[in-house]
Amino acid sequence: MVGYALWRFVLLRDVVAFRRMWWLFLSGFVEPVFYLFSIGIGLGALVQTVTTDQGMVVSYAAFVAPAMLAASAMNGAIADTTYNFFFKLRFAKTYDTMLATPARPWDIAVGEILWSLIRGGTYSAIFFLVALVMGFVESWWAVLAIPAALLIGAAFAAMGMWATTYMTSWKDFEFINLVIQPMFLFSATFFPLSVYPEALQWLVRLMPLYHGVEIQRGLLLGDVHWGLLVSAAYLAGLAGLGLWGASRRISQLLLT
Amino acid sequence: MTDTVLLTARDLTKRFGDFTAVDGIDVEVHKGESFGFLGPNGAGKSSTMRMIGGVSPVTSGELSIFGLDPATHGPQIRARLGNCPQKDLLDEELSVQENLWVYGRFFGLSRKEVRERATELLEFAQLSERRGDKVEPLSGGMKRRLVIARSLINNPELLLLDEPTTGLDPQARHVLWDRLFRLKRQGVTLIITTHYMDEAEQLCDRLVVMDKGRIAAEGSPRDLIVRYSTREVVEVRFDTDDHSAHADSLGGIGERMEVLPDRILLYADDGDAAGSAVHSRELAPLSVLVRRSTLEDVFLHLTGRTLVD
Repeated sequence: MVGYALWRFVLLRDVVAFRRMWWLFLSGFVEPVFYLFSIGIGLGALVQTVTTDQGMVVSYAAFVAPAMLAASAMNGAIADTTYNFFFKLRFAKTYDTMLATPARPWDIAVGEILWSLIRGGTYSAIFFLVALVMGFVESWWAVLAIPAALLIGAAFAAMGMWATTYMTSWKDFEFINLVIQPMFLFSATFFPLSVYPEALQWLVRLMPLYHGVEIQRGLLLGDVHWGLLVSAAYLAGLAGLGLWGASRRISQLLLT
Repeated sequence: MTDTVLLTARDLTKRFGDFTAVDGIDVEVHKGESFGFLGPNGAGKSSTMRMIGGVSPVTSGELSIFGLDPATHGPQIRARLGNCPQKDLLDEELSVQENLWVYGRFFGLSRKEVRERATELLEFAQLSERRGDKVEPLSGGMKRRLVIARSLINNPELLLLDEPTTGLDPQARHVLWDRLFRLKRQGVTLIITTHYMDEAEQLCDRLVVMDKGRIAAEGSPRDLIVRYSTREVVEVRFDTDDHSAHADSLGGIGERMEVLPDRILLYADDGDAAGSAVHSRELAPLSVLVRRSTLEDVFLHLTGRTLVD
């Protein structure tokens, strides 16, 4: 059969190219670690304990650590499917070349999202080890933390890729920062949802990162409840939607 | 031996919004043939090539490649095509040989097959010495040969070359022509776009002249020159702002005359004789240049316009 699962070679291309730029791996992972140390530990010295939305009392650092794990998954995914994807789509014309083979737009979207998951997943795994060593992992449920990080990554990678197909210049990336920055700050990352007024709580509940944080916090603190499945379904839905939208847009942009 | 038709286009049209890039062309390309699309920039050559390459949907009309419809069998068609686009779209994050290895995998070649084939093709493209190098510092001619090598990785039955030598220096062009000529001798069907008549003469068995999305003429290169031009052309320049004032003084030389803003063209089968005739009239022109007929001349005759470039 012609052209079976050609996303494998989109992925292969990235792996081969990345062998020369492995040091780029560092940048995506240090940021959440810095946050954990500065805010979690620094601020934690002042705040001591936090009561989670589920009513659990934990140290401030243990409260922040799962959120930083979710954020590291988000960062890893976003880095590849926004900036790097944009460059390959608009300037390097990497995908024009691929589409001259039996590959389809779908293969490109799937391959690039998987690549971003390998990168983002690695960041999350390293971060998880840091959190484990520092004693912020309190439950065996945490074995699901890496798969959960991949789910978070998939949602952000796919939606980020879809959004990127609408960008026409580097300036447009300000919009991504405009979305990511407040989401990073307000998704119950640094304080529980209960501190917000009711109306704002609903707004926060729409943020994908909030659901990622909820899942990771539940797993790392061993506070697992059915609501986490809703969060997982929300993220999976976004991943599917983004994948569909991105494939469609790649086809509209390149197969003209 | 009966001719096998590889490609048929009937009333093939491509529109982008209100703009009609390809306006109802009819083309047939046979197996083993080397077929050319000639025309200035904006004539619709690249749009036609993209439709044939299965990366641009047909607006209306019929297009069939290997008997398949690109709308429904794009991947199957592309699997048997070699595509050499106008721009050298090489992957600059990969080395020379990695460009071939990765690209080849998309055609279902195994890791081993792709490596063997890449070694052969780098030899063919005279790039073996540069196989581990980065792509970026390669010369224009080398990059173009690498693109051609890449387009051959799947042993294509049909190779599409969109302006293969545009932007290359004369030496690099000749090396490339030699490589393409070898492919032609191996039986690969070539479809080439160009705005160089000499390139078409070297490489094409048959060609169509395109202008504004339509086909203006069709035939072999020799055919077209015989039909629409002469073998040679004499270009005469005077020290003037208005060359039409000198048209009468050159009357009777050659078979036909075209007056352009900056020169007068005299069409003659024997350019040297026509050149001598110009000199013998003692008109003191700035320059008299004898050259062979080109696309410019055929195109000028067909459309009354020079090639816009």
